[in-house]
This record gives sequence, structure tokens and C-alpha cells, in this order.
Amino acid sequence: MTVETVWVLAEVNDGAPISTSLELLTQARSLATTVEAVTYGDVTAEVAGTLGDYGATTVRNVGDLGGALPGVPVASAMAAAVTAGNGPDAVLFPATYDGRDVAARLSAKLDRPVLTNVVDLVEAEGGLASKHAIFGGSQVLTARFVDEGPALFVVRAKSFPAEPSGGGPAAVESLPVGQLGSSNAARIVDRHVEERSGPKLDEAAVVVSGGRGLGDADQYPLIEELARLLKGAAGASRAIVDAGWVPYSHQVGQTGKTVKPTVYLACGISGATQHLVGMKNSKNIVAVNKDQDAPIFSVADLGIVGDVHKVLPALIEGLKAKG
Amino acid sequence: MNVVVCVKQIPDPAAPPALDPGTKNLVREGKLILDDSDSYGVEMALQLADAAGGGEVTLVSMAPGGETSGLRTALAMGAAKAILVSDDVLAGTDALGTAKVLAAAVRRAEPDLVLAATESTDGYTGTTPVQMAELLGLPSITFAKKVEIEGSSVKVQRQTESGYDEVESPLPAVVTVTAGVVEPRYPSFKGIMATKSKSVETLTVADLGIETDQVGAAGSRQQVTEVADAEARTAGEIVVDEGDGAQRIIAFLEQLKVV
Repeated sequence: MTVETVWVLAEVNDGAPISTSLELLTQARSLATTVEAVTYGDVTAEVAGTLGDYGATTVRNVGDLGGALPGVPVASAMAAAVTAGNGPDAVLFPATYDGRDVAARLSAKLDRPVLTNVVDLVEAEGGLASKHAIFGGSQVLTARFVDEGPALFVVRAKSFPAEPSGGGPAAVESLPVGQLGSSNAARIVDRHVEERSGPKLDEAAVVVSGGRGLGDADQYPLIEELARLLKGAAGASRAIVDAGWVPYSHQVGQTGKTVKPTVYLACGISGATQHLVGMKNSKNIVAVNKDQDAPIFSVADLGIVGDVHKVLPALIEGLKAKG
Repeated sequence: MNVVVCVKQIPDPAAPPALDPGTKNLVREGKLILDDSDSYGVEMALQLADAAGGGEVTLVSMAPGGETSGLRTALAMGAAKAILVSDDVLAGTDALGTAKVLAAAVRRAEPDLVLAATESTDGYTGTTPVQMAELLGLPSITFAKKVEIEGSSVKVQRQTESGYDEVESPLPAVVTVTAGVVEPRYPSFKGIMATKSKSVETLTVADLGIETDQVGAAGSRQQVTEVADAEARTAGEIVVDEGDGAQRIIAFLEQLKVV
């Protein structure tokens, strides 16, 4: 191993570490001698057990954030450890809302650059190099840091499989936060959980996404009904999110979610670079689009050159008839 | 209520992107336009300044070659003035270097609130606004889907995995907005004419008091070592719908045992 210690930011949601953090721990095991998780809030025995199982020997817990967003306190705690000479060689962050905040804060605190949208990490010249899918995933760029200090990488979901190592529970230690200035003033005052029927977009075995080709916002329910019939999740291209048809949480692509379902059904989506990045690693891709030159057909296993307004209702009828 | 909006002027996303074979940086030649993602921040800023009963919206941008065409678009929407940092030494600047430049420029505008997009369309690093907030010593709230000003605080609905959080922060603060949160207005003819008299202050890195080794390719302290073609997907079956499109999809799903 060329790298001694790697930290992984372990986000905990609904009492369990998120899957992207487990993916990062899995990959970190093959890159570093020592893998540790950094987390915040309440670390239950179950959480420490899971993090240990996926490769963390130690969980460094920042503790209760008192309603603050994680960015400032977690980055401050990490920066304090680095400054005191107890930092890692690299920190891996999941590309989540909070993960990006922590990485950006830490980067500025340490005056260290950060590489984002990482889809693979490999050993290179005594350190780590990151790979980035560019131009809709048609090319892969490899990058590395040329300077001392912890290497900071923000990694996209589903870049690695999550595989348990069979390790015992991780030891929990505290990662103290020093003095926090006025930059830590933002507070979460309330949380709203939106009702969701069916699986989460980034965990669903089937994802049905709609794009501009639907023509109008009132056609989007076709996508939702199809997703429901296939026990999948409904997604969207950036174009219709920007147009305000559906909320940002549905967006698949570069600026949205990365999905890797068994089947991805793209309806009225042209397949802009922006979209392909988020779905081209799906196991099977079906596309329906009236433009036979649409880039989405270059990644489709089955492409139907046709009108979504005819194909989708027929598909819904056909699936209903099957029961 | 003075609001600064950080905006990026980018190559037309409809044009095929390319890397410079030597530097491996994105080619940013030709006319640049206002990043669509930033039109939401501009609109939001105009609405917030309006709701607060006055105040100015100032644009801050960093672009090569003294580019102002994207700024003109945002000025035509109603922003009052713009600060543009343009300097040859900035070629190859990374996200942190950009944050240093923007922080220094934003500081001059003495804003109550700084808005930015969650990420740009071309580089999509997604870290610059928060790096800038840290350098300014300000709180930040990312992924806002609703923003309101209440007295000396900003109240934000922040996107989460399962819904949204209500987050509050004292001003000044940095807030990043997701696309689609408001409907950006189209510049009116009057607005377009008015941009002629609006000021675009153009600054260099030296004007901002930033050392040149903090920016540009040297300041980025990272390098692209390789660019290779990705593994191509095997070509699929593309058929024209003859009324059997739905049945073909069902057959495909059956074969995968999805239905």
C-alpha cells in the first residue's frame, strides 16, 4: 500500500450509514493500510458495527452539532487534526449535499485543492489518482495532486460496490471541534420528510425518467404511473427540472443523482452530456424518443424511435393487462 | 438589501466541449454566455431586493478576455452593476483559486446576501461557493429551493435526500440555489437598452491584492495525467415504432424478468 491512512466521511441517515459511504470504505480498504470513518451526531453500536464491517478500524466522531449544518463543524474538526499532525493522507467524501459542503470548507481551511465528481480511485506514483467521467462519460480523465497534505476527493455515488470485510466493530473516538466562528451560524430549525411511494431514485431496480419530449408538465404523471407499475422510481432530465415541472430531487445526471438500476427507461430524453453522466452505467437502457439521431440511442440497449405520447400509454395499458 | 450574485459566463453548452491538448483544460474560446444555472440566482436576487423594498443586485464574475456578454444578459434582467475579474494569469485556475478571486471581489461589494448556483454547467465542481464562504468567514446554506429574508436573517428550504430542511442564518450569508426555484424573467427591450448605461467594473488579480501564485495553473496544485476514451457500450437494437414499440419494451422487460 502506498497510502498509510484514509478517512471516509460517513454520513448517517435514518440510523444507518449511507450506501455511498460504505462504497468508499470498501474502496479505501484496497488503497490504504488504515481506514477510518469520520462521522457526527450519535454513533450507535449498530452504526459502529456497520462501519467496522465495511473496513473502518476507528470511527472519529465529531459529536452533536447542535442543529448546525455539518459543513463548518466537521471540516473544522478535520482541519484541527490535520494541523496537529494527526491527519490522514487522503479524505474521501460522498458526493452528497453535506459531503460537498464539508469538503469545500475543509479545502478552504487547509488551502488544499479538492477533486470532485470522482468515479474511480487508483494508486499512482506513491499517492492516489482520481478518475473523472467527462463529456457524457465518453472519456475518462485521470488527475492527481502535485502537493503535500491530505488529498481531498469527492466521489460520486455507485462508483464502487459496497462489500463487507467481515471486520469487527470500529472503535469510537472523539474528533474534537475547536472554536467555531460566526461562519457556523446557520441552524436547521425544522425537517420535512416528503412522502414517497415506491423505492428511492438511487436505489430502485427500475428507473423511469421523463424529459422535454413529454411536451408539457401535465404529461409527467405518465412517467410516475409507469414507474409505479414497474415498482420503480420516477426520474427527470435537467431540462424539465429547470422548467419547474418536477422538483430537483428527481433529477438524474451530472448535477443530479447517479443511478445504476437494472433497467433505465428514458422517455422523451435526448441524452445530453449532462444526463448521460448520471445513468449510462445502468445495466440495461431503454429509450423512447422521436428523434432517431438523439444521443440517448448511442447508449440504449433497446431504442424505440417513436412518439412518447403513443408509446407510453400503450406501454401502461400493456403492463396493466399483464397484471 | 444588497445582494451579490456570482455568475459564470460559459461556452454555449449546446456546442461540443473540448479539452486543450496541451493543458487539458476546458477550451473556453469564442463567445461566452450566461450559465443558465445562474439565471435562477439573478432572478431570486431581484425578487429578494424587491421584497425588501429596495437595494441593489450586483453581479460578480470571473472570465477570460474581459468577457461581458453573459453579464449583459443578467444586467438586462435588472441587476444594477457588475464586477468582472479578468486577467491572463487566471488561465487554468481551479475551484479554490476561483473562490479566492470571487471572495475578494464580493468583499468589495459589501453584500447582505451572496447568491450562487449550486454548480456551474461546464465545470460542475460544485465547491466554489462554499470555499468562497469559508474565505469570507460567512455561513453558507447550499441547495436552496426557497429563500426568504426575515429582518436580518435568511430562511431557506434546503433540499435533503428525503425532503427538505428549514435552515436559518443571520446575514450576511452565502446561499446556493438549485435550478428551477424561480422562473427567470426574460430581459425586456427596456432592460436591454438600460444595460448600456450600467457599470461593469473590470479588475485584475493585482487590483484585488491576490498573489499570482495563488491562482492560475500554478495555484491549482493538481494535474491531469491522462485522458482516455471510456469503454463504449455495445450498440443496442434501435427500431422505428410501427405501433409495436410498447410490446417490444414489454418483451425486453420480460426477458430481464423485470415483469
